[in-house]
Amino acid sequence: MPKITYIEHSGKEHVVDAPNGQTVMEAAVKHAVPGIDADCGGACACATCHVYVDAAWADKTGEAGSMEQSMLDFANDVEPTSRLSCQIKISDALDGLVVRLPKSQH
Amino acid sequence: MNEIKRVIIIGAGQAGGETAQRLRQGGFAGDITLIGEEPYAPYQRPPLSKKYLAGELDMDRLLLRPASVYGEENIALLTSLKAVWIDRASKKVRVEGGRELSYDALVLATGSRPRKLPLAGADLAGVFTLRTAADIDAMKPHFVQGKKLVVIGAGYIGLEAAAVARQLGLDVTVVETAVRPLARVTSPEVAGFFLDEHTRQGVRFVLGGQPALIKGSDHVTAVGLTDGTEIPADIVLAGIGVNPEMTLASQCGLTTENGVITDAQCRTSDPNIFAIGDCAARPISFFDNRLCRLESVHNAIEGAKIVAAAITGGKPPALEAPWFWSDQYDLKLQIAGLFNGYDHIVFRGVMTDRAFAAFYYQGEKLIAVDAVNKPAEYLGAKMLIQTGRSLPRDVIADETRPMKELVASAK
Ligand SMILES: Cc1cc2nc3c(=O)[nH]c(=O)nc-3n(C[C@H](O)[C@H](O)[C@H](O)COP(=O)(O)OP(=O)(O)OC[C@H]3O[C@@H](n4cnc5c(N)ncnc54)[C@H](O)[C@@H]3O)c2cc1C
Ligand code: FES
Repeated sequence: MPKITYIEHSGKEHVVDAPNGQTVMEAAVKHAVPGIDADCGGACACATCHVYVDAAWADKTGEAGSMEQSMLDFANDVEPTSRLSCQIKISDALDGLVVRLPKSQH
Repeated sequence: MNEIKRVIIIGAGQAGGETAQRLRQGGFAGDITLIGEEPYAPYQRPPLSKKYLAGELDMDRLLLRPASVYGEENIALLTSLKAVWIDRASKKVRVEGGRELSYDALVLATGSRPRKLPLAGADLAGVFTLRTAADIDAMKPHFVQGKKLVVIGAGYIGLEAAAVARQLGLDVTVVETAVRPLARVTSPEVAGFFLDEHTRQGVRFVLGGQPALIKGSDHVTAVGLTDGTEIPADIVLAGIGVNPEMTLASQCGLTTENGVITDAQCRTSDPNIFAIGDCAARPISFFDNRLCRLESVHNAIEGAKIVAAAITGGKPPALEAPWFWSDQYDLKLQIAGLFNGYDHIVFRGVMTDRAFAAFYYQGEKLIAVDAVNKPAEYLGAKMLIQTGRSLPRDVIADETRPMKELVASAK
């Protein structure tokens, strides 16, 4: 099962086994990683699942779609590798993925 | 209030589940008991009429958090158990079977129940409502190509189910008493857009239609209207709204109207009892503190945050403008604010592009937005409403300027 590392804004790390097919948001929520609110449960409707994809992984996770990009425009502290984690689907290609979490989602 | 050591939450849905979680996150170390009559740990309902009905998500993925988390956080999750009585004097809750549990603070998160069709034949097999995972599990096997579905009521849930049904190849008719769909929740303009879209997708509408009875001997065969029309049906879905579940609240004498009435802290007329989510009505600051009963995920989560802060003595959350979304076909509708009482609509984008936003104004004040495939317009408007700012109507209509830039310039 792919492993994903979430790094909280404080620096605290969580390494999670994440099944293929789920999203990076779901794997965090299922393992009670704090810092991802995911109010809409992954419907790409709330922008509270914002993460920064580690630069080394940005190619593999791909680019935000146009809906997602518009939502990100309004998120706090957006960076070039910002994504909505509910829009990143887990696959073997993402084994080892590292994402950092913003200071807050609201 | 005295020190709170024991919290009981009645209703293990979106609001109840979030409350338990937020209490622990807020450092509450006392007992938490979460009582729910459904057999599952708290789960999200929105996908029920969307991806769950379409067969794209399973139950595991609906759960707010895995069932095992509750044990790990020392939250007593009692499922398949109904609370049947509240004794406010002795601060006890009785559950089915007679067991009594004591509380220092009680949270009512009992949600709402679908209205039953007030018609002969409403109990026939093949007639469904859409509220719980069990409802979908019962209905789903009938959702096969060629079957005839009649949806009674053209609200968001009914239209979402109609969209899924069309995509699965069912023959779909929507019967609505009003002259347009979504009459209670959006403007005629936006409702017209959704009507056209569903019609294009092959959904038939009977607007201004009055259902009179459901026909069939053991299983439904047709829906009969008052004008004598008969619409053949293999499945009937009643989507005629919900009533707040306030049985326990009324029984124990709490103030109720259309919902258990609370203050802005979600406290009921008994200071030891809170009420949140679909079952409750609280004053909403964005709307002149009018009492509002909102049926949305946002309202359930916000109520949970408010109550957790009140119980732990923590900082109350920053309030968000009410928001909601709906997915139909490839359309994502995002709503912020409440459109009631608008006198002007301003559009950005055009409906024929299937990407547009309708901004609702009361005088010069922006009060709500309906955005279809326009997330920036939605988030921008939400931010404005939340911070009490507005933009002149001609400015917001200027599509040559990006929404973000406009929001930054708003006063
Ligand atoms: C099909 C569907 C689609 C939706 N789509 C959207 C959407 O797209 N966006 C959005 O924002 N909102 C949507 N909603 C609304 C949203 O799901 C609700 O507003 C939200 O679930 C309310 O949370 P709640 O906790 O108040 O109620 P619920 O989630 O209904 O939970 C209440 C729980 O309490 C239990 N209960 C009641 N009485 C008792 C008792 N006496 N003892 C024990 N348990 C009891 C009930 O069985 C239920 O499990 C949708 C709702 C439905 C049904
Ligand atoms: S969870 Fe709401 S946008 Fe990702």
